[in-house]
Amino acid sequence: MSEAIIRLENVNKWYGQFHVLRNLNLDVASGERIVICGPSGSGKSTMIRCINRLEEHQQGRIVVDGTELTNDLKHIETIRRDVGMVFQHFNLFPHLTVLENLTLGPIWVLKKSKAEAEASAMKYLERVRIPEQADKYPGQLSGGQQQRVAIARSLCMNPKIMLFDEPTSALDPEMVKEVLDVMVSLAQESGMTMLCVTHEMGFARKVADRVIFMDQGEIIEENTPDVFFDAPQHERTQLFLKQILH
Amino acid sequence: MSTLPSAPMLAPRPAGNRLGWLKENLFSSPLNVLLTVLVTWLLVMAIPAMLDWLFFDADFTADTAQECRQAAGACWAFIAEKHRLILFGLYPYDEQWRPLLATLILVGALICSAIRWFWKPWLVLLWTLALVSVAVLMWGGIFGLSYVENDRWGGLPLTLILSTFGIAFAFPMGVLLALGRRSHMPAIKSLCIIYIELIRGVPLISLLFMSSVMLPLFLPEGFTIDKLLRAQIAIILFAAAYIAETVRGGLQSIPKGQYEGADSLGLSYWQQTRLIILPQALKVVIPPLVGIFIALFKDTSLVVIIGIFDLTQAAKAAIADAAWRGFSVEAYVFIAVIYFIFCFAISRYSQGLERHLDKGYQR
Repeated sequence: MSEAIIRLENVNKWYGQFHVLRNLNLDVASGERIVICGPSGSGKSTMIRCINRLEEHQQGRIVVDGTELTNDLKHIETIRRDVGMVFQHFNLFPHLTVLENLTLGPIWVLKKSKAEAEASAMKYLERVRIPEQADKYPGQLSGGQQQRVAIARSLCMNPKIMLFDEPTSALDPEMVKEVLDVMVSLAQESGMTMLCVTHEMGFARKVADRVIFMDQGEIIEENTPDVFFDAPQHERTQLFLKQILH
Repeated sequence: MSTLPSAPMLAPRPAGNRLGWLKENLFSSPLNVLLTVLVTWLLVMAIPAMLDWLFFDADFTADTAQECRQAAGACWAFIAEKHRLILFGLYPYDEQWRPLLATLILVGALICSAIRWFWKPWLVLLWTLALVSVAVLMWGGIFGLSYVENDRWGGLPLTLILSTFGIAFAFPMGVLLALGRRSHMPAIKSLCIIYIELIRGVPLISLLFMSSVMLPLFLPEGFTIDKLLRAQIAIILFAAAYIAETVRGGLQSIPKGQYEGADSLGLSYWQQTRLIILPQALKVVIPPLVGIFIALFKDTSLVVIIGIFDLTQAAKAAIADAAWRGFSVEAYVFIAVIYFIFCFAISRYSQGLERHLDKGYQR
């Protein structure tokens, strides 16, 4: 196995008295695709948000692509440049057009020229299949389209790692597929490291190298999708799967 | 009035039906009929009398105050006689084309700044040019212009200078204070809070007094700051505190996701503030901000209490002329009209700006 691109060692985090992350240990290999699931409040979102420091861990070490996350702003900015994130509520910038949303990071963070940034933005918009929406504002798009723009916005930064924080749970049911399709093709065509918090089990089966189940701040079980879904080891995993698969 | 709640239920009224409109809006209920009659009666009483006073019975051409007093209406001849004193204060009479030109340049620069087409880097150059020429015109001392002390400045140009610089400096300072108040750094945060609360806790008048009376006491011997500059600083400090609180309201309306989206792209604090947060936050607070700007424009009249000759003080000086006693109403109406023109222009412009910024996106 190649050197881990993300390494969590004994990571702990508390919200006041509440222990959200308990002794997390996780190695993610470069190019690996991981799906994280678990009941709400289990700390799965918090865990991936720690990886690009949207949340701060209080104990343990998190190393991303050779850089350890500390209070050092330089480290945080280095890591954020390499880590893209897609949010449940898209978090597009409503006062900018789709194209401006996409070129903002490349121009200001990667210091690309406007023309260069726009060319690659159009390339990614085509990849998420909405090049015709480039000049619209996010508010004029459907939820599914907005989420695809958000994915393209992250891709424009050319990240080594993509984090997905429940990317389909705020979408109307008929729009889930268009977003998942984009994510599947991304996983299959790009060799990018992906961590995805989702309950879309079909997606997990199709693309995940590993499925991780979390509960009450702990990683309870991790396995390949086949084993995970067909022969879950842990009692809590079995219960959870029974509930979400009906 | 009382039909409002049910209005959405009604089918759209056929266009052009005036009678229907009257019935629906003015005579829909007994109370409404009463109010309509009452208001109409008031208007019938007031408007002709007002028009008579303003125009028909007014004297526009009288040569002396005695002649003017014969008129039943307003004495606009008084304004004709005194308009230069009101507009330019004690500025040397023969040189008053200079403040006039300065005013036009300042208004011109303000209008240019309001037009989107001018929002280019060279707007800075335009302002530099405008300010330099205003300074040259007002002070003089070069190009064969005689030197004029700034305590002889007065009237409209002074009001415009105080409010333009007041807004121009108070606005960025207010934004920084608002950001500081939301800072995670305790020292900066508490400094900003103390500043804002202190300044908001005192009336502008007392700040002006302090700046003119107390401040010189604290300064080292022989070191003086010009009185006008001190008043200007007091106005800026005062307005900044209010702008800060308004902008803070706007900042609080920005959802956390916007910060996270910007963070996840790796934007630095100042980049995300400038590119993501402020554009959205400021747009939300345009209406209250414009309220502050308008208030600031009118509050410059408070400098009269420390003896600065702004528009209001100039009007008072005009009234005080023994030869033309008794026309204070005319003088105040005159300056009220001037204040109104500027404030109304600011208000209309901000509405246009809001509409423009609304284009394209709704959240």
